[in-house]
Amino acid sequence: MRVTRTAAMCRTAGLMTLGFASAALAGNPENTSNGYNLPTGVTELAQKMYDLHMLVFWICVGIAVVVFGAMIYSLLAFRHSKGAVPDTTMVHSTKVEIIWTIIPVIILVVMAIPAADLILQQEDTRNSELSIKVTGYQWKWEYQYMDAAEGIDFFSTLAQPSNFARQLNSGIDPNTVPHYLLEVDKPLVIPSGTKVRILLTSQDVIHAWWVPDFGAKRSAIPGFVNEIWFKVDPGKEGTYRGQCAALCGRDHGFMPVVVDVLTPDAFKKWVEEQKAAMKPAAAAAAAATVAPPAASPPTAQVLPN
Amino acid sequence: MAQTHATDTAHHDEHDHGPAQGIKRWLFATNHKDIGTMYLVFSLIMFFIGGAMAMVIRAELFKPGLQLVQPEFFNQMTTNHALIMIFGAVMPAFVGLANWMIPMQIGAPDMALPRMNNFSFWILPFAFTLLLSTMFVPGGMAAGGWTLYPPLSLQTGDSFPMLIFAIHMMGASSIMGAINVIVTIMNMRAPGMNLLKMPLFCWSWLITAYLLIAVMPVLAGAVTMLLTDHFFGTSFFNAAGGGDPVMFEHIFWFFGHPEVYIMILPAFGIISEILPTFSRKPLFGATSMIYAIASIAFLSFIVWGHHMFVDGMPLAAQLFYMMSTMLIAVPTGVKVFNWTATMWKGSLSFEPPMLFALSFLFLFTIGGFSGVMLAIVPVDFQYNQTYFVVAHFHYVLVPGAIFAIMGAVYYWIPKWTGHMYNMTLAKWHFWLSTIFVNVLFFPQHFLGLAGMPRRIPDYSVQFTDWNMVSSIGGFGFGLTQILFAVIVIQSIRGGKKASAEVWDGATPTGLEWTLPSPAPYHSFTTAPEVK
Repeated sequence: MRVTRTAAMCRTAGLMTLGFASAALAGNPENTSNGYNLPTGVTELAQKMYDLHMLVFWICVGIAVVVFGAMIYSLLAFRHSKGAVPDTTMVHSTKVEIIWTIIPVIILVVMAIPAADLILQQEDTRNSELSIKVTGYQWKWEYQYMDAAEGIDFFSTLAQPSNFARQLNSGIDPNTVPHYLLEVDKPLVIPSGTKVRILLTSQDVIHAWWVPDFGAKRSAIPGFVNEIWFKVDPGKEGTYRGQCAALCGRDHGFMPVVVDVLTPDAFKKWVEEQKAAMKPAAAAAAAATVAPPAASPPTAQVLPN
Repeated sequence: MAQTHATDTAHHDEHDHGPAQGIKRWLFATNHKDIGTMYLVFSLIMFFIGGAMAMVIRAELFKPGLQLVQPEFFNQMTTNHALIMIFGAVMPAFVGLANWMIPMQIGAPDMALPRMNNFSFWILPFAFTLLLSTMFVPGGMAAGGWTLYPPLSLQTGDSFPMLIFAIHMMGASSIMGAINVIVTIMNMRAPGMNLLKMPLFCWSWLITAYLLIAVMPVLAGAVTMLLTDHFFGTSFFNAAGGGDPVMFEHIFWFFGHPEVYIMILPAFGIISEILPTFSRKPLFGATSMIYAIASIAFLSFIVWGHHMFVDGMPLAAQLFYMMSTMLIAVPTGVKVFNWTATMWKGSLSFEPPMLFALSFLFLFTIGGFSGVMLAIVPVDFQYNQTYFVVAHFHYVLVPGAIFAIMGAVYYWIPKWTGHMYNMTLAKWHFWLSTIFVNVLFFPQHFLGLAGMPRRIPDYSVQFTDWNMVSSIGGFGFGLTQILFAVIVIQSIRGGKKASAEVWDGATPTGLEWTLPSPAPYHSFTTAPEVK
């Protein structure tokens, strides 16, 4: 096909603009998302969620092509201005109604089967290797380790540089702050290749703990304990960032979740360091701090009247 | 309005006076046309107020960092933007359309309960004055989201009882309006107008009215429990006292899910009126369409858990709510297919009402697709409480419900005022609205998928570009709506005379088109013949 020079130049310019626009507008993601789509994630669960999302997405695109195609065709082919004569006898068809009821049901079943399968996997918190109790506060997270890391207990709050920059009219450009709004003073630390179970609750209002790359989100509800699990793939050590995902008041947007994933050996070393740091302080602070929690998670206590 | 001279001769000796003059006409209105007008004017004003709040939101979100408002004020804006749009703009607009059109479409002289009709309307300005005045009270407006989840909503300051009372008033207004619609439709149809001959707009409102009566009392219960938890020491939603915050979510969403169908079913009715007219072809599968609305209404009662997937729901419940939610796509899809079939082999013209109806058809369907995606529980764990949800519901509510309302106004206002409006201006309004609504909301899908939570005043810099695009769309969309107000005001004041049929080339069916334009102050005082 011969294309004139002007047309070729226009086409190139168009493609370049589209390319730059896409690249520019997608931004620099702080997770494994490309800026347009879900993160592919660093856990098997997150990857499966991404795959199911893409399956449903493409099915929707397919349906859209057919349905919007029919609509657009009608708009073009059946115009009064072009002299189209309406077929006023075309008023109903039971056969067609049955067909376009049954086919969507079939499509939905096709989506529901892998979905049900994935929910079953997501809800299976059995055989966890490390449990961590996470408590939401207005406006920070508390992490209390259990099992082999029992005794480690700390708060995780928005990092100072972000906190200064986010004040109204701070004059600080967020682009100059590393991991603006997604950095904390002390992140959660977990080992890779380990089934980690989060026991989630809240001290005040409903919060939600969410790390997109893990595919893990659950509400933190005062007086109740929710459970989720995830297992970061070995080889995917690094820092992963998320946010509170339930409106919890003034600083809902300013209580991020940051997780450092270490190799199991590095994690063991980290645990020892934390416990060592706690020892001298433990004696002095025993009177002041609340005793570490028992091995089982606390249940809602009904106060006697 | 251009109807000060009653042309109806049947009641010459009884009502020879025409409408009352001055403020009394409106304060003591019992005429469905006057009450309809008041609802519509009220809803347009509230649309701009809610829209102004949205502009504050998009202005703050234009760039990362906080430049304009404190986070707590931002939360007040998101909360009240929703409350005002839902309860002040969309719902009253549909009630206004119901008031204007149902009596005329069924050949009735007025609504069955005209004084209750008056009361239903006049509650609203009081309720919203109360709600808006919370801005000036210590602690400011409610800021816990329009969903009012405890314990957060119980941290609201002095405005809390005002908020609850305002919601009670709005609920009472809706319930009374719904009763009026049902009684009118069931009792006052002209002889020969059996239910299956009734226009789809009336059908959609009949079903919507039952939904309203079923669920508004549930909202009233939910907010009353919040009130007693706050002031009278109850512990409905406080675990320490034996209660459960999640129970509020159940009660709220048992109302909330049918509520969103309350906001869309009349829109479906409107589209089923407009599309056949401008396709010059009857609605395809009208009976099927009625069954579809009824199915959607029934299903709407058993899906509320899909707003709560992230709360720690038992597996069986997750599976149940996933299936039931996906199932709603079936009757909704049937409607989309029937509308498309109405256009197929029709003879289409593109006046402003048709333009809005077509835009609805495309863009509501996109909202429907994101709804199906949200129903898939395992992936909803990623979508939930992100901008993906915000994109979904704004697609079904803005180019969904709001465009249907605007299409209805463009369709019927020549019947109400007797004047054709400025078509060129209306087409500008349409094109700018359609383009900007997509610039505003489509990028929010990307933001949600990429990980941006909702209800935050500030965000990580990776979300900058799409937020900027969305905000530009927001400003454009908001400013464009001024055109709508101009067109409506112009149409009231004057314009080319409209014929009885108004859309002469398009042969609209329905009793309203047998009346002159403007419709007489009292129409169908003698029942028409319906064959």
